[in-house]
Amino acid sequence: MKSVSLLLALGLGAAVIAAASCGGKPAPQTTTPAVDTAAENQRMRDSIAAAQAERDRQAREEADRIASQRRADSAAAAARAGDEVRTTLAAMIHFDLDKSNIRGDDMGALDQKVAIMQANPDLRIRIGGHCDERGSDEYNLALGNRRAQSAKQYLVSHGIDAGRIETQSWGEEKPLVDGHDESAWSQNRRDEFEVTSGGDNLRRP
Amino acid sequence: MAVAVLSIVPSFHLSAQDTSAIDRGVRIGIVYRPGVRPGLVMLPRKGMGLDSVRAMVARDLDYSDRFEVITLPGGDSIRLATSPTSPRATGTRRSGSTTAATGGAQAGSTLNYPLYQALGADFALDITAAGDTTIATLHDIAAAGIRRTVRANLPRPGDPDFRMAVHRLADQALQAAIGTPGIAATRVLFVREGKVYQIDEDGADQKLVSSTDRQAMSPAWGADGRHFAYMEFQAGKGWLYLQEMATGRRTAVSTTGTALDFTPAFSPDGQTLAFSRATEEGTDLYTINIKANCCLRRLTVGRFSDNLSPTFSPDGQRIAFVSTRPGLPQIYVMAADGTDQQLFAPFDYGVTGASNAPEWSPDGQSVAFHRDVAGTLQVFVLDVRTRTVRQLTSVGRNEDPTWAPDSRHLAFVSDRSGYRQLWIIDLDTGRIRPLLQQSGARLPAWSPRLSEAPSTTP
Repeated sequence: MKSVSLLLALGLGAAVIAAASCGGKPAPQTTTPAVDTAAENQRMRDSIAAAQAERDRQAREEADRIASQRRADSAAAAARAGDEVRTTLAAMIHFDLDKSNIRGDDMGALDQKVAIMQANPDLRIRIGGHCDERGSDEYNLALGNRRAQSAKQYLVSHGIDAGRIETQSWGEEKPLVDGHDESAWSQNRRDEFEVTSGGDNLRRP
Repeated sequence: MAVAVLSIVPSFHLSAQDTSAIDRGVRIGIVYRPGVRPGLVMLPRKGMGLDSVRAMVARDLDYSDRFEVITLPGGDSIRLATSPTSPRATGTRRSGSTTAATGGAQAGSTLNYPLYQALGADFALDITAAGDTTIATLHDIAAAGIRRTVRANLPRPGDPDFRMAVHRLADQALQAAIGTPGIAATRVLFVREGKVYQIDEDGADQKLVSSTDRQAMSPAWGADGRHFAYMEFQAGKGWLYLQEMATGRRTAVSTTGTALDFTPAFSPDGQTLAFSRATEEGTDLYTINIKANCCLRRLTVGRFSDNLSPTFSPDGQRIAFVSTRPGLPQIYVMAADGTDQQLFAPFDYGVTGASNAPEWSPDGQSVAFHRDVAGTLQVFVLDVRTRTVRQLTSVGRNEDPTWAPDSRHLAFVSDRSGYRQLWIIDLDTGRIRPLLQQSGARLPAWSPRLSEAPSTTP
C-alpha cells in the first residue's frame, strides 16, 4: 500500500513538476481552446480563399495567354495578309521597247492592285516609270512618265480615285538590273509601285 | 635634213577621222579640205619659266584645228639656220638667220622668214616674258614681219585662274592670226554618276559643281557663261535649279517642284528658261521668265504626244525641240512663242529612227542631234537653211552632241573606245580627240567663250 501511495505521490509530484516545468504555456493551452479553433477556421478559410485566388489568377493568366496568343495569331495572320497584299501591290509591270501601253500579261497584276486599293481606302501609292539604257537619256524621262501614267490610267479607269496615285519618272537613271543585253533591258523597262501612305494594316481584298 | 626632225602634228590625226561604215548609202558628213589650214610654228625657247605656257598655248592652237601646227624640238638639238635645204629658204634673209633660228626671235628682231616659209609655216608664235608680263608675238611669215604682239599679266602657275588666262592668250594669238576667236577659254559641263562636273576644253581641271547628293541631269549654260541650269530629282519630282559658276550659289526656278521638269535651256538674252514638263497629259514645253520669276507659259499641247528638249536659235526667235507627234521622236521647230510648229529635220516615215537631243549651233546655221541608225545612235547635223541632214559619226554609239562657240567643234558621248566617254570632233577636218578618259560621262554642255570674271571676289 505504502508503495502505491508513494507511486501516486511520485506521480502527483511528477505532474506538478511537469506542470511547473512547462512554464506559462500549458495554461493558455488549457484556457483558450475556443479561440484556437476560430483561428484555425480562419486559417482554413484564408487558405481556401488563397487557393481560390490562385486558381482564379491562373485561369485569368491562361485566358490572357490564350487571348494574347489569339491576338498574336491574328496579328501574324494580318501581317501575313499584309505582306502578301504588299507583295502583290509592289509587283512590277513591264513594257516593250519604246512603248508605254499596258501589256496583256500585266493586266491581271493591275487588276489585283485595283482590288487591293478598293479594300484599303486609305492606301495611297506612287508609280515610278523606268526605261532601259538604249533610248536617249532625256527622252527616257518622257517615256518613263508615259509608262507611269499608263498604269495610273488603268487603275483610275477601274474605279480608283486619281488623287490616291502619284506618278514619277526615273527615265533610265535607276536600272533594276545592270547589264547590256535584252534580259537586263526587259527587266529595266518597268513600272514600280510603292506605298506612300495607309499601308500599315493592309487587308486582303 | 633639218626638216626631217620636225614632226608635223596634224598628219597623225587624220587617221582618227570617222570614216568607217559608209555602207548604207549614207554620206558621212566630214568635209576634209587638205592644205587650206595655215601652218604655224611655235618657236622653241629655253628657260624663261614659260615652258608650261608654251606647251598649253601650242596644244590650244593644235586643238583649235585651225592650223597645221609644226612642232620644233626645243633647245639646241637642231640648227635650223646652218644649212637650209629648201630652195625657197635660200632667199634674201640668210644673213639674219643665225640669231633668229637658234634662239628664236628677240623682241623686235627678225626671224629667218624664208626658212620657216620653207617649213610650211605661215605663222610663227613666240612667247617671251618681260618682268611680270608675258608677251606673245605672232609673226606673219609671208609678210616677213610681226603681225601682232599680245601682252598678258598671267597669274602664277597653280593659281586657279592661271590655266584660263593662258587659254585666253592662246585665243588672242589665234584671233591675231586668222581673225576669228578661238575656243580654248571654254569649259564643258557634263554628268557622271548623277553629279554635274566641269572640265576645261583641253581636258584639264575636272571639278565637281553639283552641290547636293541628289541625282542631277541635263546641265545647260547661260549665254554669259556665268550661270548654268540643271535638273535634280527630288521627292518624286524633277526640280530645275539655276547656279552661279563663280559662287556655286543655286536657286530653284519658280514654279518648279510641282511636276517632273527637265531639259532646261536658256534664251540667248538670259531672260527666259525653256524646259520640258512631264504631267498626266504627257510632256510639253514651257517657258518662264527667270529675271522676273514669273509668267509661266505653255508652248505645246501634246495630248497624245510628247514635246521636249528645247534649244533656242542664237537670235532667240525660234526653238528647235523633239516631238513624238509623228510616232517616233523627231526634230521640230517653232517660233519662241510656240506658234508655227513644223518639222525641222526631214525623215522617212517608217524608215528613219528616233531623233533626239537637238542643239542649235551658236552661228545659227546648224542643229546637231542624234538619231537611231540600225539600233544604235549616231550624231547628225541639220543644215538650217537647206533643211538637209548629214550623218557625222559611224563608229560605235554616239549621242548628245553640244556645240563649241566656234560652231565647228562638237563634244559628244561615244563608246567607240569601249566605254561611254566624252569626245570632241572638228567638223571641218574630221579630227576626233577624247575630252576625258573616264567612263560614264554623258550629257555634255559646251560653254560659251568665258570672259574674265567681272570681279575677283564673289
